[in-house]
Amino acid sequence: MGISSIKIPDVGEGVAEVELVEWHVKVGDIVKEDDILAAVMTDKATVEIPCLFDGKILSLGGALGDTLVVGAELLTIEHDGASSGAVEAQVNVVASDAPEEPDEPEAAEEKPASDNAPKPVIQPAPAAKAPEGGNARAPRPEGQPPLAAPSVRARAREAGIDLRQVAGSGPAGRILNNDLDAVFEAGSGPQTSTSRRREGSEEIRIIGLRRKIADRMALANARIPHITVIEEIDVTAVEDLRAVMNAGRGDKSKLTVLPFVSAALCRAIADHPEMNAHFDDEAGIVTRHAPVHIGIATMTDGGLVVPVLRHAESHAPFAAASEIARLAEAARTGKATRDELAGSTITITSLGPLGAVATTPIINHPEVAILGVNKMAMRPMWDGSQFVPRKMMNVSASFDHRVIDGWDAATFVALIKRLLENPAMMFMEDEA
Amino acid sequence: MKRETCKLLILGAGPGGYVCANRAGQLGIDTILVEAQALGGTCLNVGCIPSKALIHAADEFHLVRHLAEGNPLGITAAAPAIDLTQTVAWKDGIVKRLTGGVAGMMKKAKVRVITGQGQIIDGKTVEVETQEGPLRISTESLVIATGSRPQDIGALPFGGDILSSTDVLNMQSVPKRLAVVGGGYIGLEIGTAMAKLGAQVTVIEAAAQILPQYDADLTKPVMARLKTLGVTVLTGAKAAGFGNGSLEIQTKEGPQTIDADKVLVTVGRVPVTDGFGLEGLGLTMQGRFIDIDDRCRSSMHGVFAIGDVTGDPMLAHRAMAQGTLVAEVIAGNAARWDKRAIPAVCFTDPEIVTVGLLPADAPDAGVALFPLAGNGRSLTLERRDGFMRIVYDKGTGLVLGIQAIGAGLSEMAGEFALALEMAATLTDIAETIHAHPTLGEAVQEAAIEGLLAQQ
Ligand SMILES: Cc1cc2nc3c(=O)[nH]c(=O)nc-3n(C[C@H](O)[C@H](O)[C@H](O)COP(=O)(O)OP(=O)(O)OC[C@H]3O[C@@H](n4cnc5c(N)ncnc54)[C@H](O)[C@@H]3O)c2cc1C
Repeated sequence: MGISSIKIPDVGEGVAEVELVEWHVKVGDIVKEDDILAAVMTDKATVEIPCLFDGKILSLGGALGDTLVVGAELLTIEHDGASSGAVEAQVNVVASDAPEEPDEPEAAEEKPASDNAPKPVIQPAPAAKAPEGGNARAPRPEGQPPLAAPSVRARAREAGIDLRQVAGSGPAGRILNNDLDAVFEAGSGPQTSTSRRREGSEEIRIIGLRRKIADRMALANARIPHITVIEEIDVTAVEDLRAVMNAGRGDKSKLTVLPFVSAALCRAIADHPEMNAHFDDEAGIVTRHAPVHIGIATMTDGGLVVPVLRHAESHAPFAAASEIARLAEAARTGKATRDELAGSTITITSLGPLGAVATTPIINHPEVAILGVNKMAMRPMWDGSQFVPRKMMNVSASFDHRVIDGWDAATFVALIKRLLENPAMMFMEDEA
Repeated sequence: MKRETCKLLILGAGPGGYVCANRAGQLGIDTILVEAQALGGTCLNVGCIPSKALIHAADEFHLVRHLAEGNPLGITAAAPAIDLTQTVAWKDGIVKRLTGGVAGMMKKAKVRVITGQGQIIDGKTVEVETQEGPLRISTESLVIATGSRPQDIGALPFGGDILSSTDVLNMQSVPKRLAVVGGGYIGLEIGTAMAKLGAQVTVIEAAAQILPQYDADLTKPVMARLKTLGVTVLTGAKAAGFGNGSLEIQTKEGPQTIDADKVLVTVGRVPVTDGFGLEGLGLTMQGRFIDIDDRCRSSMHGVFAIGDVTGDPMLAHRAMAQGTLVAEVIAGNAARWDKRAIPAVCFTDPEIVTVGLLPADAPDAGVALFPLAGNGRSLTLERRDGFMRIVYDKGTGLVLGIQAIGAGLSEMAGEFALALEMAATLTDIAETIHAHPTLGEAVQEAAIEGLLAQQ
């Protein structure tokens, strides 16, 4: 009998630490060699750690969401082998950026070991601290008035919170301001109908891809002073052109608007190279890129993933269309490679038919510009003598105001507008 | 006919009406306050304030008499005399000051005050009979704050020697023999004052005890004091008629007569809901009172009711709280009635304060009591009657009610109410430092008693 400690392996590429996104075993489990023990996430890829022994799990080295350095103990295992000591695990690199499954509370605890997609952990949150003397009693029985100081009651009243539904953690079950804070955090809004009222709350740990997104968004929003320019674009001409180009293609892939937006962006960048750049704010260097690698922000079930249309400037519309379709599919199914998910120089984000009238896109750090495409809609436009129906689409473009002036932002967006409204110009080499 | 419009019209300028008008004005609501008589309503003119003025004068007079009779304090004083006409004039001065204060408050809040009897035409229109002729006012919201008036009894109609509380507060001399019909708080407050002023007072109460809403423990010290003051209390007795200085009463033992120069009838108060067109609105009623919800809304959209017209307890501070509430509601703010307690004070001698549940209301609750005989301050005030009592939940120590009886304890009402509103436990009160030596220490002592009993 030996006891071994399995260490976090070196996953390569200079990665120094990983995030623990999934446990496949728990203490006391009997495992076989090659069973998957855990999944960890590096910068982009999810990595599974298989077992090296037949044996029994003695202890786990961390909780989901923990960041572990390479070489740290992942777990300890009792096995038949003669030797004891530390061993470094091997790794299986699995699908990078595997999207998270939709939230399924029951999936949290017991899931098949073969299912290697990271899942959110949902734990029933303690509704509030247990009151002194263990007299938890919320929601209160009908007719029993909630106990709270007048100031707390006033605060609840103003927020439309029914105190009868709030657990009190104070003496005698008194509802304190803290208890109200917990309700606000849980986001339970005004409650109206008793029969439709829901109780309880759940705590969802932000781990894996969602945490990556959260960190990146926070970073971008905290670091970059955004300026957003919103413009109305008449895409009737683009739509006409698209209809002509798509006609008679039968089963072959068709053009969406995106290849045109991409073409307009590439063409506009030719005049505005400052937009296709990375800003290293610590070094104080803006790096302008010659190739236009467009990140296409894609919604997946697990969150936002940004596959990259490389050398968009060299793609003709149909080539761009099929490459975009392929990337989106890969992102959605979690099959995109690390390379396909890295290296963008500017980003397009679109919520498609949900795209609202205007959005406030968050720049994909360290880029300096992002183009948001809003929903297309038929709207009455005044042509000088009458209203005519036009296909309109707003764009919302955000810029890093530290390195892009408002004037340049506006002219850039105006140029995109001009290109999209006169699509022939996109495909001309002359100055637009 | 002259016409006016406003956003909010309040009918009645008692504590409910004027507080509502003041808050509404502060909130920027275009408000008209209509009052037939003097600003301040029952409370300022013929209720709380004048009665307390009279009680104070009586106490002072009684004190000097007590000192003149010889006392352990070593003070000597000559036998005092009282000129009730002057006392009443002094009281009127206070009332005037306060009603003048209300007028100033209305001005500051930009509330238009219109003097005259209001007549409701419909839920949005009120016609006021002013000195300059009729005025028709259109309003978006209407607040009915018409208060209450003394209840009479068929056998003893007000008039002549049969007085209402309003009449007795304006008497020019102290009656030799006063019969008080009704042993509720108003009858006992005024009856005690009259006894202290030298009247020979008999209280006739139909129920088995005076102050029927309180328990016997609370009323006992009052009974004892009334006895010392020479007041005769007849319980289980009903007044049947009055004539030639003789009040007929029915008792279990049969009919009796009581000699009396004046008869004060204080058998309760009735809400003022008739005589001004209210019936035409067909509001849902709750017995004699206007039925309201927790925002003081009546059954008719845009018509609110506050104060004594909305039921028990008929107290000025309840009316005031409702007045504030309605102004907030009309301003569109989230406000609703969610008070845990309305304190009630009985300015008898000794004074009774009650907040929340009585022991009888909560049979399973714990009851902790501390007698004032054990309170240093009480003894320095030459009093040892009364106690503080806390009704609490045995499991959690939550304070469910506080009662106190003792000289000068009315001032404790605020602390008691605060304890209930804050959902205080025995520990909260016990852990609060009460200044020494004060009567208030007794409530802390009671809380400590309760904690000891819980261990
Ligand atoms: C002797 C006595 C002692 C009291 N002591 C206390 C006490 O110590 N503490 C306490 O809390 N309460 C006490 N009260 C009770 C208190 O006075 C009332 O609860 C309080 O005044 C009610 O206020 P309100 O605004 O509802 O009505 P009110 O004060 O009755 O005011 C109603 C007003 O409406 C006016 N009005 C009515 N109809 C019309 C109309 N159609 N047009 C124009 N105006 C109209 C009336 O003239 C009146 O001024 C006492 C009452 C009495 C009689």
